[in-house]
Amino acid sequence: MGKATRAAFGEALKKLGERMPEVVALDADLAGSTNTHLFAQQFPERFFQLGIAEGNMVSVAAGLALAGKIPFAASFACFLTGRFEQIRVSVAYNRANVKLVGTHAGVGIGEDGYSQMGLEDVALMRSLPNMLVLQPADALEAEQAVEAAARHVGPVYLRVTRQKLDDVHASGYRFELGKLDPLRDGEQVTILATGGVVANALAAAAELAKQGISAGVVNVHTLQPIDQEGLLALAARCRQLVTVEDHGIVGGLGSAVCEALAETTGVRIRRIAVRTFGESGTGEALYEKHGLHAAGIAAAVAEFVRSGAPSRASA
Amino acid sequence: MSMSAGTARPASPSAPDYAALRRIARTMREHILEMIAAAGSGHPGGSLSAVEIVAALYFHKLRWKKNDPSWAERDRFVISKGHGVPVVYAALAVAGEIPVAELSTLRRLGSRLQGHPDHAGFPWMEAATGSLGQGLSIALGMALASRLDGAPYRVYALLGDGECQAGQVWEAAMCAGKYGVHELTAIVDYNKVQLDGLVKDILDLEPLRAKWESFGWNVLEIDGNDVEQVVPALDRATETRGKPTVIVAHTTKGKGVSFMEGTHKWHGVAPNAEELARALAEVRAGAVQGG
Repeated sequence: MGKATRAAFGEALKKLGERMPEVVALDADLAGSTNTHLFAQQFPERFFQLGIAEGNMVSVAAGLALAGKIPFAASFACFLTGRFEQIRVSVAYNRANVKLVGTHAGVGIGEDGYSQMGLEDVALMRSLPNMLVLQPADALEAEQAVEAAARHVGPVYLRVTRQKLDDVHASGYRFELGKLDPLRDGEQVTILATGGVVANALAAAAELAKQGISAGVVNVHTLQPIDQEGLLALAARCRQLVTVEDHGIVGGLGSAVCEALAETTGVRIRRIAVRTFGESGTGEALYEKHGLHAAGIAAAVAEFVRSGAPSRASA
Repeated sequence: MSMSAGTARPASPSAPDYAALRRIARTMREHILEMIAAAGSGHPGGSLSAVEIVAALYFHKLRWKKNDPSWAERDRFVISKGHGVPVVYAALAVAGEIPVAELSTLRRLGSRLQGHPDHAGFPWMEAATGSLGQGLSIALGMALASRLDGAPYRVYALLGDGECQAGQVWEAAMCAGKYGVHELTAIVDYNKVQLDGLVKDILDLEPLRAKWESFGWNVLEIDGNDVEQVVPALDRATETRGKPTVIVAHTTKGKGVSFMEGTHKWHGVAPNAEELARALAEVRAGAVQGG
């Protein structure tokens, strides 16, 4: 088991602070959880502890950005994107160069329950025209995504996990902003996954291979703008796609893929995501309940392939 | 009151020319009424109440440079009560930064004079506002940046009184108090009237002075429609150290036009041709005190 992407974010932000003096960080009484405390220890004068007042934090970050700083404002994904009105006007409409970092994504956080789970955050951030939305799948990718976010001029939403994640990339991996990241080839079906469930998708593909189903896996780290060209090329090769994400069923990766392909292609798509409010439990138990664990993904993909193949062939 | 082209205005010229500021205020009122009438919609009441405040800022207090809205050392002015933005467009027209003729494009498709301020399309607007409650936080972020950089600029935010009902204003107030940001001056346009009625009936702000003081602010209370009170207050705010300053500016909604004064009916309604003519006549005659 590798690191949590929030841990990788905290370390990357601290490193970035050394190289980019214009980088500043803001937190709302969760620095020890989001890991901005690492930056705060190193650069106390460039860290702003704003207390449990996330709306103010978002707009203060916008002001810092409009005055030339590169602010990283972090909180739990739900509390941060819950200040949607501030993000919408202070940040997005102003084209303010703010990097919003939402940690504790999805039901994967486990025991704390629904009120602490970011489950609508991607939907909210994708609804803003100029918001770059990134979700790394492991620590190595998270570190590079933080750098890419800092270098990108404009608002960014970076979504990271509370829980530790298995590495899905080898050490030489180079993060390419805006591009699909194919991890495994497959012919019958391709699983598009993002964030903390990418490793589960890879495990599911391995399980499916044993059942004689050839499933590819693509990591989608850039959720907005989604790689339309890459998706169309993928859809031309593979007519069956399954999306997997630890996020609500509305507005996340599944929606982005459907929106990108529905107008121009006739591919079949199955979406795996969270369809209810979250609740307390272990992260593993919740992944099992929502079918986001490897076995759940494998079962859904197998059912999808079996149910779809004959009718498509005869169509 | 010279506006010499191409040079940076020094902050606080030694002798404020109050007669010139009053003339400018009168012209700004005419511009406000004419542009809102031309647009057929807009917010005259809260634009007119803030005229002396904005005149004193642009023509006495702010450091800014002709034709260079992005000058790094400029003072920043955030109009947080975004619906009052015609008062700023009027000041920019008087300053020669936008043609007077352009004022009639207010709220039209393709105009940079948006109904509420747009920063990206019109850099003289330091920030997009109008979703009330956010501007003080934005100004605070700018002031923190000024301090971090050891930059010479100060930041000013103009808030509505009704806006002070928004929780975020007090989040920002608490935060500015924590950091003792003396680079920041807030001005509350306390015209006592908001869209639905009187502020004291909708959700009373009082005791407003005590609220700001308890959040760690230096508080000045003035008649905000009297340039001879606005200018010294802005100067005193500049001299204050270790605390942000808020100027609670008691004003009159719709100031300068008798039938618009003190009523919420003119919060967000444009005058028709006949009303415009009457309003302009009053402003030009200085029939109401402050003209």
